[in-house]
Amino acid sequence: MDFISILSIFVLACFVGYYVVWSVTPALHTPLMAVTNAISSVIIVGALIAAAAANVPGAKWLGLAAVVLASVNIFGGFAVTERMLAMYKKKEKK
Amino acid sequence: MRSLFSIIRQRAEKGVSMKAVVTTSLGAVLALFTATPAYAAGAEGQAVNPWVALAYLVAGVFFILALRGLSSPATSRRGNRFGMAGMLIAVVTTLVTHSVGNIWEIAIAIAIGGAVGFVIARRIAMTAMPQLVAAFHSLVGLAAVLVAAAAFLNPGSFGILDAAGNILAVSRVEMVLGAAIGAITFSGSVIAFAKLNGNMSGAPIMLPGRHIINLGTLLAIIVLTVLYAMQPVAGAGEGWIFWVVLGLAFAIGFLLIIPIGGADMPVVVSMLNSYSGWAAAAMGFTLHNTAMIVTGALVGSSGAILSYIMCRAMNRSFISVIAGGFGAEDSSGGSAAGGEQRPYKQGSADDAAFMLEQAEKVIIIPGYGMAVAQAQHALREMGDVLKEKGVEVKYAIHPVAGRMPGHMNVLLAEANVPYDEVFELEDINSEFATADVAFIIGANDVVNPAAKTDKSSPIYGMPVFDVDKAKQVFFIKRSMGGVGYAGVDNDVFYMNQTTMLLSDAKKMVEEIVKALD
Repeated sequence: MDFISILSIFVLACFVGYYVVWSVTPALHTPLMAVTNAISSVIIVGALIAAAAANVPGAKWLGLAAVVLASVNIFGGFAVTERMLAMYKKKEKK
Repeated sequence: MRSLFSIIRQRAEKGVSMKAVVTTSLGAVLALFTATPAYAAGAEGQAVNPWVALAYLVAGVFFILALRGLSSPATSRRGNRFGMAGMLIAVVTTLVTHSVGNIWEIAIAIAIGGAVGFVIARRIAMTAMPQLVAAFHSLVGLAAVLVAAAAFLNPGSFGILDAAGNILAVSRVEMVLGAAIGAITFSGSVIAFAKLNGNMSGAPIMLPGRHIINLGTLLAIIVLTVLYAMQPVAGAGEGWIFWVVLGLAFAIGFLLIIPIGGADMPVVVSMLNSYSGWAAAAMGFTLHNTAMIVTGALVGSSGAILSYIMCRAMNRSFISVIAGGFGAEDSSGGSAAGGEQRPYKQGSADDAAFMLEQAEKVIIIPGYGMAVAQAQHALREMGDVLKEKGVEVKYAIHPVAGRMPGHMNVLLAEANVPYDEVFELEDINSEFATADVAFIIGANDVVNPAAKTDKSSPIYGMPVFDVDKAKQVFFIKRSMGGVGYAGVDNDVFYMNQTTMLLSDAKKMVEEIVKALD
């Protein structure tokens, strides 16, 4: 992909992010931070590519270390978000 | 696919913004499709399957839906599932499309990280959420640094080498930026974690000439990045500039957060959230990966918006927060104002119980002090008893109540307070005029009228609750000695309709509950 196409996707995604985040209710801002944290660990894609390439051992170990760190975030981030969201309950109708 | 679109439609609250979302998403899709042939042709002759690009795009869209779900607590859990599905798609696609010889090593790495993350997520106390998020940010930052370093040492497997065996100039900039932002996120988050967790004093630490040091370091990073991009020879792992920039970035993350006081930590945590996103986006540029770019942009704008909301709620400019030093100036002002003793009324739990029982409408204003005293469960019990007696109970939450955006909402939700009884500042502030009782527990600065009247006050201009309009005010506070986070005296203590309940928040609320029975 050439640089301009990637940049277009990036700029458009920033706008999508802007509108989507403003529509998040303030009551859920803490779960928002936890889940954005989890999804920013999509950097694991880069870590996996580095870890899978065996030709440079140094880079491979850096990649594996990054896979561990990103996994902590992915599992931890989604699990803690799920735990928080499960707490939000509506008033019980009697 | 149909269910996907129906969800988008269901979640449309504001027509205008939703229209914009749809148009921009469509734009992004179009951009990808027009770009796909170029992708297939470029990048080192690697055969790239358009389905792979499509899979990453789907992952990106799922992440958008994950955030979109948070527009209401009712749809939020489904949103979270979309997030998990998106992550699974991204990981599986990567593993399938690369020749992975060491799948066991990778599986073990994921298992170790996953187990650690899962256990932490299960055990963490909700009051410790800000520290946890800061710690998680530092991990994303460090992961970005490691990935960038791996790309630097082994650019071939990332497809960023030109014919002569040099790293492409554009990729060099993206790689160095990703590493630098990651490093800043890492060291900044570590400091934020230490301050929030109490390993380090929340007081700002001022270095002499810190603005010059910071600007100089930043400038050095930019200049070195440009130099690196213009180098004629830049093979795999060649040159010292990458490592120097990395070192400088670690240093500046540290230097930036050190002078910021505890009261400004919500802004810092949001800002670091934003940085972790930009780091992921920069690495996405290096890897030409749509999922990473889309996610990075989402997270980056999310963090930036949250920082903006926090700054607005404190009436502070972003620059002044980053420049640091809120707490230090205030401590002097606070001690000067606290010189004279003014008369106030003190009450008991029985007085409060009597007035609360008689009231038709009670608005409770919880602050971080409530969470520190672990009074949220007792408070919910009090609310339940009052509701049974036919009193209307509402909770009012200031954007900066708690130590990160939305923190107080989570603490109340944990105590089983239904979310439709909890209201934001703008939504409830007009109701104090019709409220019989305003019940302030563990909050202080957010009800201080000085923010509206006293231009010399450090919190002047901050939006506050109009508790002075309520017929009766109860103010739970440990003692008259301490002042709020911002270190200013509060006129609400001395109003005619105010009764001070001086005690530990949890003990006082429990006594009120007992007196109500």
